[in-house]
Amino acid sequence: MASLITCPHCGVRPKEEFAIRGDASCVRPEPLDSDEAWHDYVYVRANPRGRAVEHWHHIAGCRRFLVVERDTATHEVYSVADAAEFARRAER
Amino acid sequence: MRYSAFSIVRNALSGNLNWKPHWRQPQPKSHYDVIIIGGGGHGLSTAYYLAKEFGVKNVAVLEKGYLGSGNVGRNTTIVRSNYMLPGNEPFYEFSMKLWEGLEQDLNYNVMLSQRGVIMLYHSDAQRDAYVRRGNAMWMEGVAAELIEREQLKKMIPFLNYDHARYPILGGLLQRRAGTARHDAVAWGYARGADRHGVDIIEHCEVTGIRRENGRVTGVETTKGFIGCGKLALAAAGNSSRVGEMADLKLPLESHVLQAFVTEGLKPCIDHVIVYGGGHFYISQSDKGGLVFGAEIDGYASYAQRGNLATAEHVMEEGVAMIPGLSRVRVLRAWGGVMDMSMDGSPIIDRTSIDNLYLNCGWCYGGFKATPASGYCFAHLIAKNDTHPVAHALRLDRFARGYAVDEAGAGPQPNLH
Repeated sequence: MASLITCPHCGVRPKEEFAIRGDASCVRPEPLDSDEAWHDYVYVRANPRGRAVEHWHHIAGCRRFLVVERDTATHEVYSVADAAEFARRAER
Repeated sequence: MRYSAFSIVRNALSGNLNWKPHWRQPQPKSHYDVIIIGGGGHGLSTAYYLAKEFGVKNVAVLEKGYLGSGNVGRNTTIVRSNYMLPGNEPFYEFSMKLWEGLEQDLNYNVMLSQRGVIMLYHSDAQRDAYVRRGNAMWMEGVAAELIEREQLKKMIPFLNYDHARYPILGGLLQRRAGTARHDAVAWGYARGADRHGVDIIEHCEVTGIRRENGRVTGVETTKGFIGCGKLALAAAGNSSRVGEMADLKLPLESHVLQAFVTEGLKPCIDHVIVYGGGHFYISQSDKGGLVFGAEIDGYASYAQRGNLATAEHVMEEGVAMIPGLSRVRVLRAWGGVMDMSMDGSPIIDRTSIDNLYLNCGWCYGGFKATPASGYCFAHLIAKNDTHPVAHALRLDRFARGYAVDEAGAGPQPNLH
């Protein structure tokens, strides 16, 4: 149900401790990239039904940004990683 | 059959055995001039106005479930036009005017009740903001009244005026606003569209959009291929999924919003009351149940059910505003999938594909817009030109830098 999130730093914590920032799959363009690339980054969302990654900010805990991978239809949580770790793995 | 006092008497005398279904259950034809995907309030009102006002009668509405199974049957039934921004207010006022004539127009009782919507303020800053909003409404010709604390106490005595954190100092009232029976709106539009020759096809899910030479030629459905001259999307929370079939990328994120209803009570809440300390709104249905809701749960979701933490938060807001609510038992809670846009305002526009039209992004305010949304969308489809009150609601506003951001929250859908 996405009610409990296992923070990699703090352990199992209730959803109310987090602020949800939104889609973590968007990749920030280079500063001089086209207006279209920036428009897509700021405004356009894939909005998948099913597996999705989201930035959750653990404001009432470690205050780290996390990437929560979960299902938008069943609310099942697959994994939670620190955002820096996620970015390293994705080679961003 | 036209409904009237006479028809009630006549049917009563014949044992109420001769009432006809509101709409037919036709098999899809092989081709329509216009196909509308989505048989919710907006899809049905679009079909109705296309046929009635714009003379386009060879129309089909495709609905994947049963009629009224989506957000039109899941909302808190509030209709109002108390918006601030010039891109929004004329549109919602157009809708309010259509609401006021809707029952005569449809020959159907949608139980419109103009009981007044009052938005409470709890600080001097919030009062200033509501004065500004009221003035913005007056500039578009819409009446708004600022109700000060003492006057409000006479009007609505049961509020928690002396709450330590959010004392109630007054409110902004739109008297013409109120509620309408949501199911009746869906049924009334469906019946009206059907009477003008529109085919409403239930349990017909669109599985693909067929294109040739950059134009839509028809849709693949669970009932086979159906050809069309123009295709209109009114799929609300599933807009991204349907848009994907035509390679559209949309500025939307789907979120779940919960609503609640209590056991039936004697008449006690006369208005729609909106809490300003959070975002909680409540009214009393004609059956007596208190109907209320608050914000979306906060994470992207396609599930028509919500989170218990949000339910608890909603109850806390309600009790902070009306302490007496703590003794009322909640009967039901449900969730709906909201097509949250990036500025909190809707989109009615053409797309990059010539004969494909788009209606989405209603966030959690789509019900009040049902008549105007349908009218403006029908205008767009029939004339290939934007209706004057929907000029600011075009898809390219984000790229042009003309977002219509009523909340001032920026491009983050879960904050609108």
